[in-house]
Amino acid sequence: MSVLLDKARQRQTRISGAILIGLGVLLAVFMAPDATGVATFRLSRPTDVWPVPNLVVPGGPFIYVISALLAFLGVRLFLRGGAKWASMILGIGLAIAVAAFLVWATAGKSFSLTGMLQATLVRAVPIALGGLAGVLSERVAVVNIGIEGMLLAGAFTGALVGSLAGGIAGLVAAVAVGGMFGFILAALVVTYRMDQIIAGVFINLFVLGLTSYISSQVFQEYRALNNAPVFRTIKIPLLSDVPVIGPVFFNQNIFVYGAFILAGLATYYLFHTRHGLRARAVGEQPRAADTLGINVYRTRYVNVTVAGMVAGFGGAWFTLGSVGRFDEGMTGGRGFIGLAAMIFGRWHPVGALLAALVFGFADSLQQKLALLGTPIPSEFLAMAPYVATIVVVAGVVGRARAPAADGKPYVKE
Amino acid sequence: MRVELRNITKRFGPVVANKGVNLTIEPGQVLGLLGENGAGKSTLMNVLCGLYSPNEGEIQIDGQSVRFAGPGEAIRAGIGMVHQHFMLVPVFTVAENVILGIEPVGRFDHLDLTTARSEVSRLSAEYGLAVDPDAIIETLPVGIQQRVEIIKVLFREADVLILDEPTAVLTPQEVDEFFQIVRSLCEAGKAIVFITHKLNEILDISDRIAVIRRGEIVGTGDPKKLARPDLAEMMVGHPVDFDVARAPFVPGDVILGIQDLTVLRDDGAVAVDDISFQVRSGEVVGIAGVQGNGQSALIEALAGLRRVVSGQVRFDGTDITQASPRERHRLGIAHIPEDRQRAGLIGTFTVAENMVLDSYYAPPYSAGTSIDWGRVHTDAAAVAEQYDVRTPSVHTSAAHLSGGNQQKLVVARELSRDTRFVIAGQPTRGLDVGSIAFIHERLMAARDEGDGLLIVSSELDEIMALSDRILVMFKGRIVAEYAPHDAPVDKGDIGLAMAGARV
Amino acid sequence: MSDMTDHATKGRLLGRSKVEDLVIVPLFALVAALILGAVVMVATGVDLATIGRSYVALLQGSVGSVNAISETLTAALPLVLAGLGLALGFRAGLFNIGAEGQVVMGGLAAVVAGVALGDLPAVIALPGAILAGAVTGAFYAGIAGWLRAATGAHEVISTIMLNLISYRLLDYLLRTPLIQKEGRADPISKSVPEVAELPRLLTFLDPNLRLHAGIFLTLAMVALAYWLLFRSKLGFEFRASGENAVAARFAGMNASLTIVLAMAIAGALAGIAGANQTLGVLGRATPGFSAGIGFDAIAVALLGRSHPVGVLFAGVLFGALEAGGRQMQVDAGVSIDLIGIIQSLIIVFIAAPLLVKALFPWGFRRDQTKEGGS
Repeated sequence: MSVLLDKARQRQTRISGAILIGLGVLLAVFMAPDATGVATFRLSRPTDVWPVPNLVVPGGPFIYVISALLAFLGVRLFLRGGAKWASMILGIGLAIAVAAFLVWATAGKSFSLTGMLQATLVRAVPIALGGLAGVLSERVAVVNIGIEGMLLAGAFTGALVGSLAGGIAGLVAAVAVGGMFGFILAALVVTYRMDQIIAGVFINLFVLGLTSYISSQVFQEYRALNNAPVFRTIKIPLLSDVPVIGPVFFNQNIFVYGAFILAGLATYYLFHTRHGLRARAVGEQPRAADTLGINVYRTRYVNVTVAGMVAGFGGAWFTLGSVGRFDEGMTGGRGFIGLAAMIFGRWHPVGALLAALVFGFADSLQQKLALLGTPIPSEFLAMAPYVATIVVVAGVVGRARAPAADGKPYVKE
Repeated sequence: MRVELRNITKRFGPVVANKGVNLTIEPGQVLGLLGENGAGKSTLMNVLCGLYSPNEGEIQIDGQSVRFAGPGEAIRAGIGMVHQHFMLVPVFTVAENVILGIEPVGRFDHLDLTTARSEVSRLSAEYGLAVDPDAIIETLPVGIQQRVEIIKVLFREADVLILDEPTAVLTPQEVDEFFQIVRSLCEAGKAIVFITHKLNEILDISDRIAVIRRGEIVGTGDPKKLARPDLAEMMVGHPVDFDVARAPFVPGDVILGIQDLTVLRDDGAVAVDDISFQVRSGEVVGIAGVQGNGQSALIEALAGLRRVVSGQVRFDGTDITQASPRERHRLGIAHIPEDRQRAGLIGTFTVAENMVLDSYYAPPYSAGTSIDWGRVHTDAAAVAEQYDVRTPSVHTSAAHLSGGNQQKLVVARELSRDTRFVIAGQPTRGLDVGSIAFIHERLMAARDEGDGLLIVSSELDEIMALSDRILVMFKGRIVAEYAPHDAPVDKGDIGLAMAGARV
Repeated sequence: MSDMTDHATKGRLLGRSKVEDLVIVPLFALVAALILGAVVMVATGVDLATIGRSYVALLQGSVGSVNAISETLTAALPLVLAGLGLALGFRAGLFNIGAEGQVVMGGLAAVVAGVALGDLPAVIALPGAILAGAVTGAFYAGIAGWLRAATGAHEVISTIMLNLISYRLLDYLLRTPLIQKEGRADPISKSVPEVAELPRLLTFLDPNLRLHAGIFLTLAMVALAYWLLFRSKLGFEFRASGENAVAARFAGMNASLTIVLAMAIAGALAGIAGANQTLGVLGRATPGFSAGIGFDAIAVALLGRSHPVGVLFAGVLFGALEAGGRQMQVDAGVSIDLIGIIQSLIIVFIAAPLLVKALFPWGFRRDQTKEGGS
C-alpha cells in the first residue's frame, strides 16, 4: 500500500504545482487584460450604524501581481516538492486565485462583499450540519452515505409539519424524523449487519421515493400542506452592528447559529467527555472497548441516531430556513458535499464547519457571479462546488486519517 | 480472592472448545496454563473474563457462584485480562486508555484527566512499571504497551490477572523484567494466570501448572516435580521430537545480494536503515528481532511490494531493485507472507483459486485471455495432496480450512513450483505442532535442493532451529550476526542484541 | 469501505443453500416490498379498492399483453446494461454510484456520433454510435477510477459528484450549436438519423411496439460479462482485488490498473446503456433523459447479486415494475414515485438477509452456525 501512497504523494505535489502554474497563466493571459477599471467591493450599507468605506482595487495590476505570485508558488511546488507544506501552499494559492477571479468579475462594477459572505454562511449550513452528522457517525465507525436522505427527510418533514403546526413544531419534527432515519441506519448496519454503503444508498433512495411520492400524490392536491412559515433572521444586539462581521455572523437565522453551536457542542462531547471518549474508542478499536465493558452496539445506535437528528435539523434549513416549500430532491447533493467537508475537516466538528464554509463560499460565489454577468456559462459556475468536492476528496488538499474501524461492522465474539 | 472454574464446557456450534474444565486460581500464586495453539486456552480465559458465557458449568468466586453477562461484570468482580493482541486504542494516550470504561468525571460528563494521570503515575511507581501517562500508545514499544495493559487491569482493582501469551512479543531480557513485574504482583497478593505454549517460561514462573489439550485439562502439577519432556508430551499428546532434520551445510554461490538498502514505513519513517547482507544458495538466513524493528518492511521490499528509497537488491547477479512482484515471481522467488489471512489468501476464494493466485496468468493455467479451470483444478488437487492440505475438495473456500491447513496451502502454492529463493515471514505463527513440523520440513527440503532462504520469525527458537546464519535486526539495522555452524550460539547473547544492547 | 460481495459470499460461507439465496430471499424481498408499498398507500389516504386496482394495473402493465411485455423489456435493457457494469465494479470492490453520469455522457456521445455518421451506411453508423457511447462512458468512469488509484479519493463521493457535474454538462452541451437542434432555443439535441437508430423489432405486429435491437446487444453483453468475470484472467484479478486487495497485490496483481480497468469497463457498459436509450428509444438527447437509470441499476446489480445472469433477471423485474408503474399511474391514479419506494425496499431486504429472516422466520431452515456463535 505504501508504495502507492508514496508515489501518490509525490504526484499530488506535482499536480498541485501544475494547477497553480496553470491558474497563474490563465489569470495573466485571459483575465488581466480584460479587467479594465477598478473593482469596487461594498463592505457596508449607507444605513448601517457604522458605515465603512468601500474597498477599491485596480483590476489589471492586481491580477498581474497575483498571477506572478501563483506562478512563483507553482514552480516552487513543482520543482522542490515540500510535501509538508504542499497542501497549505495550494490552499493559499487557490484562495488568492479566487480573489483575483473576483476582482476580474467585478472590474468596472461594484459588488457587495458583505452580502456574499453573509450568503456564504447561509449556504454553508446544510453542508456543515451534514458534515457534522458524518463526523458523529464516522467517529463510531459507521459510514453514513445516507446523510443526503436524512437531509431530504428533514426538509420534507419541516415543510409538512411546519405547514400544519408552525415553524417550531416543524423543526422538532424534522429533527425527530432525521433521528428516526439515523436509528434505521444503525439498526440495518449494527443489528442486521448490512453493508454500510448499501444501507446508506437505501436510505437515500427510500427517502427520495417516499418524499417524491407524497409530494406528487398529496401536496399537488392539498397545497396548504406544503406552505410552511420561514424562520426570520435574529439580530444579536450591538454585535450585529459591527461592520462586516456583524451582518455576516450576527444577523442570521437559527440554522446558522445552530450550526455553530452544534459544532461547539460536538467538539466538547467528542473530546472532553466520558461518552465522547467511549464513542471514539468504539470508532478506533471496538474490540478493546468491548473488553472494557463498553456497549459497542448501543454506542453506535446512540451516535448514529444523534447524527440523524443533526442531519434532520440541517434538512429543515431547506424549507423552514429558506423557502418554506418542499420540492422533490431539493437537497441537490448537499449531503454528499457534507461528507466531503467531513473528510476535508479531518473528522473534527470544527474542521467540518470550516470546510463547509469553503463550500458555502463556492456556492454563494457562483450565485453572485451569475448576477454580475460574467461570460462564463452558468452551468460551469454551478459545477464549482462539485469540482471542489472532488478536488478535496482526491486529497490534493490535505489528507487525514479516518477512524481506524470506519466502515467495518463489529461482530461480537 | 480465590476463583474456581467448575466443569466448564464451551461449544461453538458443533465445535467443542472446552470440555468439563475444572481449575482453581489461588491468590498470591502464578497458575501456568500450558497448551498448544488451538488447544482452548484463550477460549477458557475468555469464559473467565466474561467475553463468552459457558454452555455448561459455573464460575465460583470465594465459594459464591457468579455469572458474567459481559466483560464489564467480570472486571467489577475483580477479574482482569491482558489479551495476547493488545486491546488498546492506538491514537489515545496511556491515561485515556487506562480509564476507558470507568472514567473519572466532573460536571457535565467532563473527563477528569488530571486524576487519571496521577492514578497512572501512582500505579506505575507502585509496581515499577515506568510508564508516561501522556504518551500516545502507537508511539510506544510493545513492551511498554503491555505494561499499559497491566496498569489498565490494576486500575480496575483486579485481584485476578489473566496474562494471555504475554511473552510472545518480548525479547529474552524483556521477559526477565516482565517476570519481575509478575512476581511483584504476586507479592501484592494478586492471583495470576499465565497462559503460554512455551515450556521454559512456564517452568520458570509458575507456582502450579495445568496442561490443556483439545479443550480438556489433561494434567496439573508442581513445576519443581515436572520434567520438560513429560510436559511436552502431555501438551501434544505424543512424544515430541524437538530437532529439525537437516542435511550438512553446503553453501553455493551468492544468490541474493542486498547493498545499502533503505526502506520507509507507511508514515514515512525509516523502517530499514541502510543494511547490507547476502544469502547463498543452499543457505538459510534467519532474521531475529522483536516485531516492529523493520523485518516486515525488509520482506516487503524484497518481494517488490515496498519501494526501495536507496540501495540495491541483486538476484543471481541481476539488479531487481525496481522489479515488480510478478517479475520476481517469474525469476523463481517465492514469498510466504507474514499474515496468511490478510495477505496470503483470499478467504472467500476456493482452495484451487488460491493455489493459482500468483500463477494464473501464464501457461499452463492460461493462454491468451482466459483461464483453463480444468487444468487448475487437477493441479491444485495434486498439490494439496502432496502438501498435506486437508480439505474436503479443491472447491472448498479457504476460509473453511483450519489455520494449519491455510498456511500449508500458502506454502504449497509458493514452494510447489520451481523456486530458487524463498522469503518466509513468520512461517509457523499460531500453528499446532504437527503443522509446524511439516512446514519446517518443507523449508529445509527447499534448502537442501539448493534454494536460498530468508526466514523472519519473532520466535527465537524457530530461528535458531532453522538457520545456517542468524542476523539480528534492531531499529532497522542489522546489529549482530551469528554462524551456528562455526561456533555455538548463546540465546542470551542474541536476546541482548534483539534488545539493542549490542549497538 | 465497500466490500460489496461480502454478503453474497458470507452466505456461501455459512453454507446457506443456493435456492434460499437466489430464489427465496429475492422472492420474499419482493413480497415484503409490495406489502410495505401498500402500507405507504394506505397511509397517504389511498383507499383499499384503489390499492387493489393499482397492483392489478402493475401486473397488467408489465406482463398483461404483448405491448406490456415489450414495454417491460424495453425498460429492462438499459437497467441490465448499466447493472452489468456496476456488478463488475462491485466484484472488484468498487462502489460505483456514477452509472447515472456515465449513462448521460454515453447517451449524449452516441447521439453526437450518430449525427456525425448520418451520411454513412447503418453497418458503420450504428456500431460507431454505440462505440462512441461506450468509450465516452468508459472515459467518464475512468476519471473516478484514476482518482481512486492515484490519490485514494473514494469512488463513492467522486462518482456522485461526477453525476451532478454530468447533468450540468448535459444542459450546457445541449445548447451548443454543434449539438442543439436547429431552430430551437431550448436544450434539445439534433435527432438521431435513421442509420444510427437501433431498429425496432416488433413493428410487424404493431407499429407502436417499442422493443428494439438493443435486446441482442444486451444479451451479448450478459454473456460477455459472464465470460469476463468467471473465465478470463482480468475477471480473476477483479474478483481477487474485490475480495482481498492486499492478498491480490501480494500475489503480483497490479492494484491501480485493476481499479482503472474495472471502472472503465463499468463505465463502458453504462455508456452503452445510455446509447441504448438515445439510439433505441428516445431518438435524441434532452435534459434528464437518463431518468435515474443509473441509480435503479444499483438496485438491479445488488438484486442480481453482482452475477451477470442474476442482473439479467433483476433488470427484467425492475423493467416490469417500471412499465407496470406507468400503467398504475394511469389506471389507479397512484404516483409512479411509489415504484421508487418499492425498489429501495427490495434493496434493503436483499442486502440484509438477516432482516428478511427475522420477518419471515418460517421461510428458512434453521441456521446451524447460529448457536453459541454470539
